[in-house]
Amino acid sequence: MQLRIKGNIAVSESGFVFDPSTGDSYSINPIGVEIIQLMKQTLSEKAIVDAIVERYQTEPQTVEKDLYDFCNLLVKHQLADRI
Amino acid sequence: MATQTIEKLRYERPVITSLNAGVTNKFGTKSLHAPLSHIDGVSVKEIIQKYGSPVFILSERKIRQTYREAYRAFTSRYPKVQFAWSYKTNYINAVCNVFHQEGCWAEVVSIFEYKKAIGNGVQGKNIIFNGPEKTDEDLLLAIQNDSLIHIDHLDELYQIIELTTKIKKRPRVAIRVNMDTGVYPMWDRFGFNYETGQAWDAINKIILTDKMDLVGLHCHIGTFMLSANAYAVAAIKLADLALGIKEKHKQNIEYIDLGGGFASKNTLKGSFLPGSDTIPTFDDYADAICSTLLNAGFTKENLPMLILESGRALIDEAGFLAGSVIANKRLSDGRRAIVMDMGVNLLFTSFWYDHRISPVEESGNHTENAVIYGPLCMNIDIVRESVTLPPLKKGDHAVIHTVGAYNMTQWMQFIAMRPNVVLIDTEGKTHVIRNRETVDDLNKMEVMPEHLKKFKL
Amino acid sequence: MKQQLTVAVSGLNNTDNPGPGIPVIRALRDWKGNDIRIIGISYDNLEPGLFMRDLVDKSYSVPFPSGGTENLMLRLQYIHEIEKIDFIFPNFDAELFTFMKIAPELEKMGIKTFLPTADQFEERHKYRLSEFGEKYGLSVPLSITIGSISEVPAALNNFEYPVVVKGKFYDAYIAYNLEQVYSYFHKIQAKWGLPIILQQFVYGNEYNVVALGDGKGNTIGAVPMRKQYITDKGKAWAGITIDEPRLIEMTHKLIAANKWRGGMELELIKDKNGTLYIVEINPRFPAWVYLAVASGQNMPAAAIQLAFGEKVAAFENYDIGKLFVRYSWDNIVTLSEFQQISTLGEL
Repeated sequence: MQLRIKGNIAVSESGFVFDPSTGDSYSINPIGVEIIQLMKQTLSEKAIVDAIVERYQTEPQTVEKDLYDFCNLLVKHQLADRI
Repeated sequence: MATQTIEKLRYERPVITSLNAGVTNKFGTKSLHAPLSHIDGVSVKEIIQKYGSPVFILSERKIRQTYREAYRAFTSRYPKVQFAWSYKTNYINAVCNVFHQEGCWAEVVSIFEYKKAIGNGVQGKNIIFNGPEKTDEDLLLAIQNDSLIHIDHLDELYQIIELTTKIKKRPRVAIRVNMDTGVYPMWDRFGFNYETGQAWDAINKIILTDKMDLVGLHCHIGTFMLSANAYAVAAIKLADLALGIKEKHKQNIEYIDLGGGFASKNTLKGSFLPGSDTIPTFDDYADAICSTLLNAGFTKENLPMLILESGRALIDEAGFLAGSVIANKRLSDGRRAIVMDMGVNLLFTSFWYDHRISPVEESGNHTENAVIYGPLCMNIDIVRESVTLPPLKKGDHAVIHTVGAYNMTQWMQFIAMRPNVVLIDTEGKTHVIRNRETVDDLNKMEVMPEHLKKFKL
Repeated sequence: MKQQLTVAVSGLNNTDNPGPGIPVIRALRDWKGNDIRIIGISYDNLEPGLFMRDLVDKSYSVPFPSGGTENLMLRLQYIHEIEKIDFIFPNFDAELFTFMKIAPELEKMGIKTFLPTADQFEERHKYRLSEFGEKYGLSVPLSITIGSISEVPAALNNFEYPVVVKGKFYDAYIAYNLEQVYSYFHKIQAKWGLPIILQQFVYGNEYNVVALGDGKGNTIGAVPMRKQYITDKGKAWAGITIDEPRLIEMTHKLIAANKWRGGMELELIKDKNGTLYIVEINPRFPAWVYLAVASGQNMPAAAIQLAFGEKVAAFENYDIGKLFVRYSWDNIVTLSEFQQISTLGEL
């Protein structure tokens, strides 16, 4: 699934996210922050998986499953749109 | 670029959590999710590799340590103390024998348990036979063996009087007494009531018919008792009966059995503080009971022996259930669900406890709230409704704590079969003390009628 | 005791149902000004006291007591390493049990507390109020603890309507007839379980006393207050110190009898015959404790002095007719402050 992070969403280095359109705040772990940065570069799902696998001790299948779950949550929290 | 030479970072699943007011903050909760990689120095992962997943693990060291702590608490306050291992709590023979080696008698509530105790080599005179159901055959065996028969109701009393015409032995009996100790619910379905005088009527009947020896008084005021004081109330009432018997019938009561019911370090569902913080210690219980008995008015020579049938508090913490993650799911409301290979079929106590769960593998700081399901295709198969855990992935392992009491006796053979039970001895060696069930074990008990043997599909 | 003190304080929930944290901090500031460093202890990222930066020097999030003492201790050890805490003032009812339990360990780390003993804490529970009154010769409204609905009719023979139906720890309803008693019984039972307490409703004026016991039977301070204005949550919004020696006497009698250690709040009712009944004993300072400070009895400061073993003379007087009127204030907070406490757990 390809996502676009909403333009007004800012993620701090500590993983704090504030959604100015709803007033909700979130906390994201470091790898989640990294994934959002990659999404902002409008990388494809595969490119994101590859980037994570290159930096972390994991395999593509795990990252793919986790990314799917993470994307669904971002959509559920209205922080991103499907494209 | 030279990125290839850099060692890769430890991977963790991406997590996002909503920062609402009222959400428990995560700071300082690290130890809640600290991994439990070893039990008594033995790797949990290796146990799972060797004995399968899931697997029950019992620590012999912890059993002995807990028993000795309880024994010290009571013997340092009272001169005559005897523990009797409550078989129903965990009647795997190896477990029973650890307690027997420590000096415990056996406390049984059925003829099945009675035979287990005899089979383990416990002498009849050191077996306490409790419970509402005892057949003529059961009672005759117990009388023959000089076991201590705790009478539950008037029908049983008359049954024993009747049996004494068939056997040339005086049964050694006690009556079970129920009473108001200020705790709710009051267990008045077992034994003879103290306040209404039923207990006295039963005592008089036993002594006046002169067919058996009334050697003890027994009560068991409830389960998972969070008030040590309730035992003081029970001790006062039993002591009052014992002193009354001495005065009226000039007979000494040899022992007062205060049963069990001491709480373990589990957390009851719905309680705010964890069990490990709120339950009374053995010293608290011992203090309440022993000081009451010592001050009740017995002479030094006539001080009755104090018997305790504590089960849960002695074994619960020594038991662990280790298993594996089968799957991760996201429920429709956004909650995370973790499906594990250990469910309510093995963990009956998860219906009333919030069992503590630890991951086995090292994890990061971020945690997520999750519901933990077992492997059954049944909606009731929920191990924890809500627990904060680090992200676990398929194949990761987890350990459920404080499961030594009642699970290895109340487990069900339903959908799945019962797994291996492994004991880690005091030297760190592992032993299977109950083999995992096989399809053959179960089929062995079934009989197929001839006309059902063949079919065509 | 050294001149510069570092004191950790919880109960920073200065909301419309306020905790005593901020009033306690004000008392300590009055006492030592800037010679005291206040460390806020918070359970929730939106506790207003977190953001009252002129009163609180630094704040840390800590885990709920429901997470177990082990976790709380680890967090406190971490905070102590940085801040070198001299004294902790726990102010939430729900955390008192835990802090009483870890007090000896805190003492070993060099952190003092001044809390009631476990026995004192237990015996003042409202479901044990009758026992408590009897033991210490204090008048309390007649109350009967019942464990089953079938005991209700017999128990009611001892009461006149209206009767208060209470849960073991929380909830209380006033019932005017049998149907209402049954209905409240079921309601409370469903929520909090058994037992249920039936208590005689006493008509009359309610009074409160804030007090401090030294743990040896001496009352160090006691100031009575009459609520002037009550919120829909039953909290005092305004109150006034009054001159009623019998309230003070009753407090002295209670503290002398059970050797209470630490702060407490008594809730009393005076019936039409002038008899005073104790209806509740709270094992900590109330949120209106600053009224006592302003009236001349700085009990939070005295509690710390007692904890350090200093000789503290009992307060003899207080200003009568002094009022407090609570007000709310919309404190402006930056997003970065909220971000800091919620992601780093420190502010």
